[in-house]
Amino acid sequence: MNSQSVTNILVVGIGGQGVMTATEILAEAAISLGHDVKKTEVAGMAQRGGVVSSHLRFGKKVLSPQIAPGEADLIVGFESAETLRWIHYLRPGGMVLMNTARLVPPVVSGGLYDYPADPVGAIRDLGIEVHAFDAMAIALELGDVRLGNSVMLGAIADRLPFSAEILKESILGRFRLKKPEMVEVNARAFDAGRAAVAQAVEVTV
Amino acid sequence: MAASQLAPAPSHSRLLLSGNEAIARAVWESGVRVASAYPGTPATEMLENLAHYPDLYTEWSVNEKVALEVAIGASMAGSRSFCAMKHVGMNVAADPLMTLTLTGAAGAMVIAVADDVGLSSSQNEQDSRFWGRFAHLPLFEPADSQEAYDMTLAGYALSEKFQVPVVLRLTTRICHVKAMVSVGERVAHESTGFVKDPRRWVMVPGHAKARIPLMYEREELLRAEAEISPLNFVVAGSDRRVGFVASGPAWMHVQEAFPDAPALKLGFSCPVPIAKIRAFAATVEQLVVVEETEPLLEMELKAAGIPCHGKDLLPRIGELAPEILKPAVAKLLGETLPLPAIKPTQVFPRPPTMCVACPHLGIYYTLAQLKNLTIAGDIGCYTLGAGHPWNALDATISMGASMGMALGLDKGRAESDRDKKVLAVIGDSTFLHMGMQGLLDITYNRGNVTVLILDNRTVGMTGGQDNPSTGRDIHGEVAPRVDFVKICEALGVKPERIRKVDPYQLPVLFKALREETKIPEPSVIITDRPCVLIDAFERQKPYTVIADKCTGCGNCIDVGCPAIHVKRREKVIKNSGKEVELQFVDIETAACTGCGLCVQPCAPEAIVAALPVQPLNFMKKPS
Repeated sequence: MNSQSVTNILVVGIGGQGVMTATEILAEAAISLGHDVKKTEVAGMAQRGGVVSSHLRFGKKVLSPQIAPGEADLIVGFESAETLRWIHYLRPGGMVLMNTARLVPPVVSGGLYDYPADPVGAIRDLGIEVHAFDAMAIALELGDVRLGNSVMLGAIADRLPFSAEILKESILGRFRLKKPEMVEVNARAFDAGRAAVAQAVEVTV
Repeated sequence: MAASQLAPAPSHSRLLLSGNEAIARAVWESGVRVASAYPGTPATEMLENLAHYPDLYTEWSVNEKVALEVAIGASMAGSRSFCAMKHVGMNVAADPLMTLTLTGAAGAMVIAVADDVGLSSSQNEQDSRFWGRFAHLPLFEPADSQEAYDMTLAGYALSEKFQVPVVLRLTTRICHVKAMVSVGERVAHESTGFVKDPRRWVMVPGHAKARIPLMYEREELLRAEAEISPLNFVVAGSDRRVGFVASGPAWMHVQEAFPDAPALKLGFSCPVPIAKIRAFAATVEQLVVVEETEPLLEMELKAAGIPCHGKDLLPRIGELAPEILKPAVAKLLGETLPLPAIKPTQVFPRPPTMCVACPHLGIYYTLAQLKNLTIAGDIGCYTLGAGHPWNALDATISMGASMGMALGLDKGRAESDRDKKVLAVIGDSTFLHMGMQGLLDITYNRGNVTVLILDNRTVGMTGGQDNPSTGRDIHGEVAPRVDFVKICEALGVKPERIRKVDPYQLPVLFKALREETKIPEPSVIITDRPCVLIDAFERQKPYTVIADKCTGCGNCIDVGCPAIHVKRREKVIKNSGKEVELQFVDIETAACTGCGLCVQPCAPEAIVAALPVQPLNFMKKPS
């Protein structure tokens, strides 16, 4: 048993952004391929705007649920500074897909700490392949910020060991069950996210 | 939170389940008829999920002691029972537990106790494996969701065989990890009926004394069972320089980090299968015990004369992980590991904040305005009041402790603290969990304490569970709702010293606090606005800041609402020659729910109702 054949995806952001739900959708898509799957969170008090990192590992056999620093194949960042916070988890040659949204906590707006000037640039300076896009703007264009989650998943859809269609179906399946009226708009959000990365749309804040 | 009953997933399906969900499934399959718990991270979802299953009774109990007593009674009645709690909950339930071990169980019984290793949401870190030793009970430690499921089934089988409650010891990394689980089908176990047997069920000294030798006999039988249990097994390895003994989540980390090393997995870890470990130790050059938090097994092995390493290499606090194990063992072997390619980047901390419009904001804002207070706090969202910018909570120990601590702070006050006012701050569910007795102690002993009961009609911190103050049960169905005013009166607080106050009305709250703290006798202020995360919360029209009117005084920032942001700072020299920093703000209108708290301290009236706009933030309010 070794972990060589295991894919490690780290999804990071802050409580309330839907990080855990996104990872769960990814996990469901991975199961559909007959993979062994483990998913775990480091989420202090996630509901309350704290740091959230969700670990997803899948492959033939997964042992520890946690991704070790230096071992993530892919980091999906739902927030700019949060992506930078976890960057040391990326393996050499790994890739980063990140939202450029900046969610500023009270300790920063209160003047106790500074927000990093250019998280995307800082990551690129480390020699890392990074695709940055404004998921929030794309979601807003489609009419609802809550679509940001589907935009993010669309953005990573072509970088996964399973097809984008499986992931899309895993998202839409959820909505079909709970909110059928949201299926179509989420499909569009997914496609928009996918297109955003394909076109390497990069927004520097 | 309403929990309608859904049809359970079909038998023999393979599902992605958290440890808590897997345990709920196995409890149901085991034919359990009564299950009880008090919510607490990371244990909450066991009962929350069980409430969806048919054919069993589930309840949110008022505290863990009562929850365990309910499960004990059900077992006495001949039904299979289940009880779940977080680690500190077992401290509360320890009293019945320590005598339950003498009576044993009639209906098979499993007690799940979940340790918050790493303190993700707890006031301490403690090792529940001690309960197995302390109470002489068998203890299982699953390493993932499948094992959590399997060991729950095995727990009921063992409980049935030995008439003993079985402790299922979990950690956050078991409860909340989702992994694949193959499930089975339910086997009904009808109640066998209560059998009157005073020498077994009535634990007076004469009866209890006769049960103690039986308990020790049982312990030796269980040890023999652990020695041959398939839950304890060896994974062979070619690299015999170091062999590992591990249990719980640490087992997976050992397997991950050292795939070539021999390793002994302990699933049925108490009573300790010493002979099995001794035999394994003989096959390796050095033995390393990998256990989270306390060096419990390590001490036991050393006492049994089995040389081993453990906490000389590994940390005693927090969770273990492959990246912690690898360098520790490399050091033991005199090897060096390559350094990680990317160094961690320093990024600002992001402490959990209170929610936008949380009714607690007004309370802590007001407490921060008052001088000369000592405030004993309690366990819940409102513990965040100790942080920035309120700094309005001076002590927190355990559930319900604010009451007794406040009385002690009053009775033990120094002469220099003579004029200080002592307050206790407690939430609705916490008050009902363990606060009522403390308030009775305050009234009975004529303490000079003002008690604030923050009734937000839910257990907010654990995700909005119901309790006797919500008027709903675990299924979301109507249940008797307690009246805090009547309880406080019955506990001896004078009716004129009990007030109900709207926490969004700052001047009213301020006045009530000023008046009640001045009167040297027990008083209670009850605030009654719902948690913003539950259905009862009604969103109001949002506010915005007129930039030209904002004078940068920063008063609104002191409310501590996460929707208020400083957009510009400016240093000015006042007439007195003192330099002050002005902070000009705006309100994230999309996040604002219009509670109006920040409007009240704004002297220049710069905060006004906003025009309707499209939400601009990811941070959504759950619908």
